[in-house]
Amino acid sequence: MNAKLVLTTLCLTGLAGLSHANDPNLARNLAATCANCHGTSGKSLGGMESLAGEPKEKLLQKLADFRSGAKPASIMHQISKGYTDEQLDLITAYYAAMK
Amino acid sequence: MQNRREFLKSAGAVVAGSSLLGLAGCAGMDRGAGGHVVVVGGGYGGATVAKYLRMWSEGRINVTLIERSTEFVSCPMSNLVIGGLKNMTDITISYDNLRSRWGVKVITDEVLALDTAKRTVSTAHNGTIAYDRVVLSPGIDFMFDRVGGLAGNEELIPHAWKAGPQTVVLRQQLQDMKDGGIFALHIPKSPYRCPPGPYERACMVANYLRREKPKSKVLVLDANGEIQSKKALFTKAFEGYKGLIEYMPNNELRSVNAKTRTAELDFEKVKADVLNVIPPMRAGNIATQSGLPLINDRWVDVEWLTYEARGIPGVHVIGDSLFPAPTMPKSGHMANQQAKVVAAAIINLLAGEAPNPSPVVMNTCYSFVDAKNAMHVASVHQYDTVKKQPMPVPGAGGVSVAANEIEGKFAHAWAQNIWADMLA
Ligand SMILES: Cc1cc2nc3c(=O)[nH]c(=O)nc-3n(C[C@H](O)[C@H](O)[C@H](O)COP(=O)(O)OP(=O)(O)OC[C@H]3O[C@@H](n4cnc5c(N)ncnc54)[C@H](O)[C@@H]3O)c2cc1C
Ligand code: HEC
Repeated sequence: MNAKLVLTTLCLTGLAGLSHANDPNLARNLAATCANCHGTSGKSLGGMESLAGEPKEKLLQKLADFRSGAKPASIMHQISKGYTDEQLDLITAYYAAMK
Repeated sequence: MQNRREFLKSAGAVVAGSSLLGLAGCAGMDRGAGGHVVVVGGGYGGATVAKYLRMWSEGRINVTLIERSTEFVSCPMSNLVIGGLKNMTDITISYDNLRSRWGVKVITDEVLALDTAKRTVSTAHNGTIAYDRVVLSPGIDFMFDRVGGLAGNEELIPHAWKAGPQTVVLRQQLQDMKDGGIFALHIPKSPYRCPPGPYERACMVANYLRREKPKSKVLVLDANGEIQSKKALFTKAFEGYKGLIEYMPNNELRSVNAKTRTAELDFEKVKADVLNVIPPMRAGNIATQSGLPLINDRWVDVEWLTYEARGIPGVHVIGDSLFPAPTMPKSGHMANQQAKVVAAAIINLLAGEAPNPSPVVMNTCYSFVDAKNAMHVASVHQYDTVKKQPMPVPGAGGVSVAANEIEGKFAHAWAQNIWADMLA
């Protein structure tokens, strides 16, 4: 995990109270928040990239680059900052495992 | 851009692999081993929750969706229809995939009442239907009586704030308007459905008039003190329509004369050629008339882990009908996100498990300022265990730097993908 991701985690844990007990379907639930742009189960109809089946490390790196500004974006720099490192880890693992 | 038929075809191809038809669980479809959920309203919230309940329960939960319209007509993109950039067929989608691919029982009917004690809904044509849990996503209904002279005059003074026949009426009136005419648009006090929507509409109307009837004028009569969303960006867009759009804040509508199309406001009297009044609104009637707890007598008060009406277990409410958590907009994107939180919660609850303790929802609203350029506002909302509600994440979200063509394309892609996420 790179330094920028860790930094954002620190910011987020500064929020009044994020929950720590996990739901067994947390990854599925979190990934579904991306689906109305990237397609149900990460399978896009086009216009926005599909996420399903992409290697986890590649997805995580792209998200880190959006956060740091290394990869210019219209919107993903703003969206990626709303999730913790743990959440992005779960989401990318979930999409990587989708066929 | 793809037309709707191509879109539905490709949508079908994409999701075919994950459809329920190939699942063994499908055989149990009529047995209801996992419980029966009734969904009232097949819009952004209702269609999504119906599909996700079936998908995530792998067909174990029976879902009945009751919607008064035979087809889904999208409010997002309907301003482009009014501006002549899209047709009604572009924003109209069938419920067939929900039926055939996901095994949702879709009934075209009106829900007349909800009995929260007996756990039943009664319908106009299909009798009384029992549920284990019900999800209400009825959108909004208008408070016509708050504006003198408005009730019963929807044809002469359209709102077009529910997509469908009203969209057609307003488009027709705009087309029939003479060059040099006045198109007056009234915006009610917040909160109303889709905070940037009225300003996008002003731009879409002006974009059409600039091309076709350049001597005309768009008067934006806003009951609010300022532009309610993407203020700097819309201010800039309005400057681009100088002489065409006039923005007039602090103008609450008192009454209308439908025959003369005159609007009587706090400080002004405006005679228009087209008078487009977005009336004050509240949660859909079925939500306000069923004894659910309301805030300001308009919006349903919910528990934020399950979206159950406070104190009424088993009755979940999503979408525009809610009293929102801080900075949470009434948008289609948000209704779709809430629907997924509720689908997950219901599956857990029906299995005797606790709901997900840390749900996340996020919002994006794209708005067009002309035929090609769009801009967004976005936010991410994490559940706060102390405040017991979703709170916007500081430092996340935001707006576009400026309206641009790339986001014009993304806005179309957003529509295609969210429609598929609900209905394909
Ligand atoms: C012009 C305009 C532009 C917009 N643009 C955007 C945008 O770009 N992005 C965005 O995210 N949002 C946008 N919105 C907002 C979006 O349309 C709403 O927030 C969204 O539709 C809310 O979803 P919902 O499920 O609560 O209600 P709806 O989508 O309105 O669905 C409610 C459904 O319930 C049905 N219903 C109600 N009562 C009953 C009953 N008793 N029996 C049977 N059926 C019933 C209705 O027929 C309707 O189909 C826009 C809105 C407008 C008006
Ligand atoms: C509002 C629509 C929207 C939502 C919601 C959204 N994205 Fe994106 N995503 C985009 C757009 C648009 C791009 C292109 C980059 C840009 O302009 O921001 C993109 C790009 C990406 C990329 C890079 C794709 C590539 O191959 O280059 C990844 C990875 C990604 N998003 C992940 C996510 C994840 C994970 C979520 C959910 C947490 C998410 N997105 C939610 C719109 C969205």
